[in-house]
Amino acid sequence: MKRRTHPILALLAVLCLGLAFTACGGDEEEPASTPSGSGSGGGESSGNEIQPVAGAETKPVITVGSKNFTEQFILGEIYSQALEAAGFKVKKQLNLGSELIAYKALQGGRVDAYPEYTGTALTSFFDVKTADVPRDAQQAYEDAKAGFAENDITALAPTPFENTYRLGLTKEKAAEIGNPKVISDLASSAADLSVTGFPECKQRQDCLLGVQDSYGLKFGKFVSSEQKYQVLDSGDADVAFIFTTDGDLASGKYVVLDDDKAFFPPYNVTFNVRNETLEALGPDGQKIVEMVQEPLTEKVMQELNARVDVDKEEPEEAAAAYLESAGFVPAS
Amino acid sequence: MADLTHLPVLAQIGDDFFGNREGAAERCPGNNGLCPGWIADNFDQYLSPLWEHVLLSLVPLVIGFVLATTLALLAHRYRFLGPLFLAFVSALFTIPSIAFYLILLNVTGRGFTTAVIVLTAYTQVLIYRNVTTGLQEVPSEMVDVAQGMGLSRRQILFGVELPMALPTIFAGLRIAASSTVGIAGFAFFAGAGGLGAEIFADPTFRGNVVAASVLMIVLAAILELVVLAVQRAFTPWERAVSS
Amino acid sequence: MTFAVLGPFGDAIDFIFERRVSQAGTVEVGGLQEMGELTLTHLELSLAATLIATLIAMPLGAWLGHIGRYQFLAISTSNIGRAVPALGLVVFFIAFLGVGFLNVCVALVLLAIPPIITNTYVGMRGVDPETVDAAKGNGLTGFQVVRQVELPLALPTIMGGIRISLVSVIATATIAPLADVDTLGRPIISPNVYGTAGQLAASIVVAIVTFAADGLFAALQRAVTPSGIKINAGGRPRGRLSFLSTKRSMPST
Repeated sequence: MKRRTHPILALLAVLCLGLAFTACGGDEEEPASTPSGSGSGGGESSGNEIQPVAGAETKPVITVGSKNFTEQFILGEIYSQALEAAGFKVKKQLNLGSELIAYKALQGGRVDAYPEYTGTALTSFFDVKTADVPRDAQQAYEDAKAGFAENDITALAPTPFENTYRLGLTKEKAAEIGNPKVISDLASSAADLSVTGFPECKQRQDCLLGVQDSYGLKFGKFVSSEQKYQVLDSGDADVAFIFTTDGDLASGKYVVLDDDKAFFPPYNVTFNVRNETLEALGPDGQKIVEMVQEPLTEKVMQELNARVDVDKEEPEEAAAAYLESAGFVPAS
Repeated sequence: MADLTHLPVLAQIGDDFFGNREGAAERCPGNNGLCPGWIADNFDQYLSPLWEHVLLSLVPLVIGFVLATTLALLAHRYRFLGPLFLAFVSALFTIPSIAFYLILLNVTGRGFTTAVIVLTAYTQVLIYRNVTTGLQEVPSEMVDVAQGMGLSRRQILFGVELPMALPTIFAGLRIAASSTVGIAGFAFFAGAGGLGAEIFADPTFRGNVVAASVLMIVLAAILELVVLAVQRAFTPWERAVSS
Repeated sequence: MTFAVLGPFGDAIDFIFERRVSQAGTVEVGGLQEMGELTLTHLELSLAATLIATLIAMPLGAWLGHIGRYQFLAISTSNIGRAVPALGLVVFFIAFLGVGFLNVCVALVLLAIPPIITNTYVGMRGVDPETVDAAKGNGLTGFQVVRQVELPLALPTIMGGIRISLVSVIATATIAPLADVDTLGRPIISPNVYGTAGQLAASIVVAIVTFAADGLFAALQRAVTPSGIKINAGGRPRGRLSFLSTKRSMPST
């Protein structure tokens, strides 16, 4: 008996020591961002602070969902925390899955609301071909709203930011190839460049194939990867398919090329609510949702994504910091 | 409808909201390194998954023990059941865990219950084999003596055979304990959370992987020690004997 | 042919045989060819890892078993190996070594070593000492004793260990796509692309592959069992269990 416990005890002892070291290690790194203190938002805090909505506690529980990536977690948290601050009873069901799973959950009532992108709704739910999606953000919103309405779902007002695809490069690489500003600028050098993106991008009409067709380019090589910024930094690829609100963009190391031929559809976020739940929210609840998303510019969203992806904060913390900074909730 | 680009912005995010991100990708945790400081600061992130993992390990262990022992006792009484049960529990163990979670969730839904069913299934062969072996290895002379003393079958089982088989049984339980902690690492495929979910959420961040993995190893070690302690408590006569 | 009546399982089986458009709408997934390729990669990885692990662990375990010392080491490898979770091990190596076939293979080799080393050791120790003495008495050197007497007698137990390792490696190779190695785990960890049907389909195929491998090794194990020694039905290392009980006995039915 004794012999057999020794390896387990030894392992346990070593691990305990290791944990003790880690705990006593203390902060070696500085935090990448300085969360703002109270009242840093423009305008008096009392002007923006979410006021409790009369009768909110009597309403049924609102289940807020989200898809399965960082930005969606943050948005889900923002909306949930805002509604809670207004007195509603909120349950979170974040990380539902991809858009089809999330939409099915919404239609079926498993969740009462979740944030979706206008472009995604049109192409994935309402059978609009990528090429046919209106490139005007407002029009895309109207079309998506109409589509949702047919399913007894209301798409609330869209966010200022859109999370769409672009092409990005490191500043150094951009300098090497003549400082391109828009995707068309790559036309001459594309054949010598390698581009990276998630694995399926290579076969997608709304990704590599479509870009090459629309812009008349042909990239030299496609490198499939999940960590595109690492690939750009290491030089394994020259250009990458990026998302405009990626946290890594906040570091300022990268150049984002404009979509001058408007190939990519608009992807603004709308908080989509089942009609019964919208009744429960009432006009006051709806106003809160729309108010709380107004400061969400691309730059703010990048910072929020960076806090979670780069600083490894929890989405809940990042959302709370955002709401405080804008004065929607009192500083804790 | 208001033009999207000119929405009235009632609230502003101050400039100090934006951290200085220059070089953030080169230091912890932006560089996805080991970051002990980050682990220490954010340890509370792991507490809830740890608790889920504890439940995911303990519940199947207890249920599995009761179930496997029952099966083994049945097989001990009705010998013909032996090969049948053995084949069944061995087959259960052969099913790859991730596949088992995913297949079962289509039958019993996502969540804790499905994970517990899967994990209980994996404990079976480990415990069942040891219970049967333990019982088989009881010297037949002892059983003869007991019979000679007029003890009933039941009394022999609970008074002689099982107590003698306890060390072997507990050995199987110990193996099942750490095995269950390991397999529970994949329970998030069934929607049951646990430390595996933490690992999978950011597998490139070394600090995260190390923190969650170390917690799993420590949990397995502690669980084994707990079983050992229970064994010592239930078999005081064994303390003098080393194996 | 539509299996729709079977619900999600029907859809999954459909996925195995027919190519379909992905959820996002612009990529094609599924079908026999893709499943075949994924299965092939999965088997390549699993077999490579198990083979390398065997080449490392078997000689080591055999030597330890032959000299009969360092039981502590052989048994501890299993104890520690048991406590280390497969997911943590593989992801740890991917995070610290990087992506690629070789790196994930290293992790899987480490996963596969403990059962093989322990079973080889126990199998060797389980050989009747009188047989060994008789062989030595006949003038065989230590090495010859190992090769001609101990190993063949220990082979069933050793095969049992390799079998345990192989099954465990095949199951764990499911997360190899985290290292950019596209095994059958690819549809499982990328349900966004392959859909829940693809996820389930891959799960079913992995289960089938595992059972096939296990069955094959069970047959191999039976084939190498000399008729003189009876090993109980499961072919698991009886010797190992007897270490854990107070009575040490030869394998018997």
